[in-house]
Amino acid sequence: MIRSEVLKSIIPVISEQLVVCNIGLPSQELHMLDDQPSNFYMLGTMGLSSSIGLGLALAQREQVIAIDGDGSVLTNFGTLPTIANNVADNYILLIIDNGSYGSTGDQPTYAGLKTSLTEVARACGCENVVECKAEDTAEALQRALASKQMTIIVCKCESGNIKVPVIDMDPVVIKHRFMQEVRARNEQ
Amino acid sequence: MSVNEKIVADLVNNGIEFVTTVPCKQLAGVIDEIDRCDAIYHIPANKEDEGMGLCAGASMGGKRSAIIMQNTAIGVTINTLVTLIQYYHIPLPMLISYRGELGEPVACQVEMAVHTKALLAQLNIPTYHFHAAADVNELDTILKHCFMSKKPVAILTDASFWKGA
Ligand SMILES: [Mg+2]
Repeated sequence: MIRSEVLKSIIPVISEQLVVCNIGLPSQELHMLDDQPSNFYMLGTMGLSSSIGLGLALAQREQVIAIDGDGSVLTNFGTLPTIANNVADNYILLIIDNGSYGSTGDQPTYAGLKTSLTEVARACGCENVVECKAEDTAEALQRALASKQMTIIVCKCESGNIKVPVIDMDPVVIKHRFMQEVRARNEQ
Repeated sequence: MSVNEKIVADLVNNGIEFVTTVPCKQLAGVIDEIDRCDAIYHIPANKEDEGMGLCAGASMGGKRSAIIMQNTAIGVTINTLVTLIQYYHIPLPMLISYRGELGEPVACQVEMAVHTKALLAQLNIPTYHFHAAADVNELDTILKHCFMSKKPVAILTDASFWKGA
């Protein structure tokens, strides 16, 4: 399975959840598959999906799923100790690890070579770190949501891309729509 | 009231509940004060762009946030300031230690100091420079301006300010 297939397989689980999605193809694919006001699409700033998601989880009570990639986590490695030391049980980090920089033409990342992001996350002090096969991602996410414990999921999948249109929504519209959704859910 | 207590009181009075920090010697006192403050969730970041991501998330979660960092971080965060904070209209007060100004003992700090204001000007970031102890009295108005305009705002605090404080 490639990333777009993983995303498709988890839509039934994440559609109703607050999702912060990584820059580039992951956001474009999610936007194409299942655009929701509860999705925050990153249009720039590689690496910060996990950080934005953690800030969001710490600031309010709804569960938050941050979708990140192996390349993006490598570029913001400092995020893993921060996550480990600021436990938010409403936070799930899903790292879709295809061992490559997908949005830039599938150049290999070190995560696809000797470096295990699962082991790195554990070494950083993250307590619930799950590595799963691509086809088991939806189930792993469901379990993490039900556990109500901060969880890092590293989904190992194949590299490869499909053709997707860019997102032409304005950033301020994405943010405004998302914040309204966050506020409404917290007021319930 | 010490200057550090005054700064943190202004943050709290402006509804700021989430502060991320990357330390600097000049900022040690205010970071201690943030840590002691029950009304603020203090989350140290490993790098300033990571910190801005945390602040952006907290802000979308309904909590006003701020970052405390050194001016060297301007070099680290330009892409994040432009493509996240400015692009999505996220208000972000940046309390910045302005190293490399008069009284600086470390020559290398001057190398970034000479670029600091030029970079902030190039980025169209409203910039305020605290040099005399009394300049801190403007902080409350600067914070209100930041949240009104939904922009990143830089507050540069130099060695003379901290010495007189
Ligand atoms: Mg990848």
